[in-house]
Amino acid sequence: MDTKRYIAKHVIDLPRSGIRDFFEIVSKMKDVISLGIGEPDFDTPWHIREAAIYALEKGKTHYTSNLGLIELRRAISRYVEKNFSISYRPEDEILVTVGVSEALDIAFRALVNPGDKVMFHQPCYVSYHPSVTLTHGVAVPVPTFAKDNFALTAEALAAAWQPGAKILMLNLPCNPTGGTCNRAQLEAIAKFAVEKDLLVISDEIYSELTFEGEHVSIASLPGMQERTIFLHGFSKAFAMTGWRIGYACGPAPLIEAMMKVHQYSMMCASILSQEAAIEALLRGEEGMKTMREQYHRRRDLIVRRFNEIGLKCHLPRGSFYAFPSVEKSGMNEKDFALGLLQAERVAMVPGTAFGANGAGFCRACFATGYDQLIEASDRIDRYMQSLTSKR
Amino acid sequence: MSPIIKLLLEGGSLTTAQMGQVLNLSEAEVNRQLDQLKKDRVLLGWRPVLNLADEDAGVVRAVIEVRITPERGGGFNRLADRISRFEEVESCFLMSGGYDLLVFVGGSSLQKVAAFVSEKLSTIEGVLSTATHFLLRSYKEQGFLLDVKAEENNRLKVAP
Repeated sequence: MDTKRYIAKHVIDLPRSGIRDFFEIVSKMKDVISLGIGEPDFDTPWHIREAAIYALEKGKTHYTSNLGLIELRRAISRYVEKNFSISYRPEDEILVTVGVSEALDIAFRALVNPGDKVMFHQPCYVSYHPSVTLTHGVAVPVPTFAKDNFALTAEALAAAWQPGAKILMLNLPCNPTGGTCNRAQLEAIAKFAVEKDLLVISDEIYSELTFEGEHVSIASLPGMQERTIFLHGFSKAFAMTGWRIGYACGPAPLIEAMMKVHQYSMMCASILSQEAAIEALLRGEEGMKTMREQYHRRRDLIVRRFNEIGLKCHLPRGSFYAFPSVEKSGMNEKDFALGLLQAERVAMVPGTAFGANGAGFCRACFATGYDQLIEASDRIDRYMQSLTSKR
Repeated sequence: MSPIIKLLLEGGSLTTAQMGQVLNLSEAEVNRQLDQLKKDRVLLGWRPVLNLADEDAGVVRAVIEVRITPERGGGFNRLADRISRFEEVESCFLMSGGYDLLVFVGGSSLQKVAAFVSEKLSTIEGVLSTATHFLLRSYKEQGFLLDVKAEENNRLKVAP
């Protein structure tokens, strides 16, 4: 009996995740220094965990409003106003979701008609392209380049644009490249979005982890709030990846549309995660800044080492990813990553796991201890030297 | 706060060579800065943080609330300094509230600590009263939890 015949065609056609394949290999090896874990190495600060424990003690185990606890939505509204200069009404412009992943999924399900074109900059987070495919949209990747430090430029957007383009997906700062856009670059993108009447979905999950300059949200620019869905969460800034809690903010009709999907598929995000999220927003700023300072130092260390080793790497202004070029090794990114893993037991994810534009690059996550970063870079150095001596 | 101090406070137990790598300084420069911090009395010294919960460790600790008479021209300083110099005194703090000095004391037995309080501490001219509290059990020492079993790192090795 061939049970696979029951699987929907568009799911069969979904390519296997490049990360998953790499993970299968790494998980079978011992004593690997992994620079491939896209989450903070910190545990969630205790006071946030304790808030969830307290909520359990108080018997908070029931469904919440589909939109999320009103106290959390109020806290989100204040937080976004203060840190992003955008005003959203807690009552009908904010939706609490099961991670930004769910927010993205329901946004696409609420907005994408079959055949609608969705633009997104690439290399990008692994779920964007599949999310478009799953909703029967058409993915329109827009390349970003090392020469621009992987910022998205209006020129690249214009070159990639196609008639029928409906949505522009942004992730700034970007996983995997660490690229982000300054105000002027965002203004150019906003101008383009308005010209072409694009709806912007902006995933700003790494925004707090901006090390130099200001983080600007495109939704805060004139004329953009009415055509932007702002996505954010707690996973990276507050080390709450496993809690699965995030939020979407946007014009009430769009939030309502997303809520229609959410109410049937999820009902509501976990009440414990929501309670913990309130604590994070009210009292988590100090802890977040401490973590950010450490990421900053780690970034400086690993990027300097990559460049010393010969793996040209731009200094990412945000996120906790470095995206070095492996060109000097003479190998492609997959062979390099596998060779490094086998020879020196260091895991970096090949850039093509994040889209075709990732060719020639690997992603290194520096959310790990200094001693690990120092040891990993020494091992990569040895590996590079072994390659050059072979030639 | 100097970058070196910030790095030390992160508690990663890095070698000076590793600190140099992180801060992009030579190891010699790290050592030079550490020496300067010691000279400036910003960095006072190093002590290991130990779990002395084992009964065989032979350490009894107490916290003593001391009320003293402040002096003209010196306040509490002269007396606090004199008390602090005792070998038994681990820490000595001037506090707000119902007493003046909070003194952390260690000794090899309850009798030894009691003797220190009654014979050495209480007898100092200017000490009005003492209230001694013996430590029964420690849960956290200088930022380290005691009762934590080393958990296996169960993070995924690769994650998007």
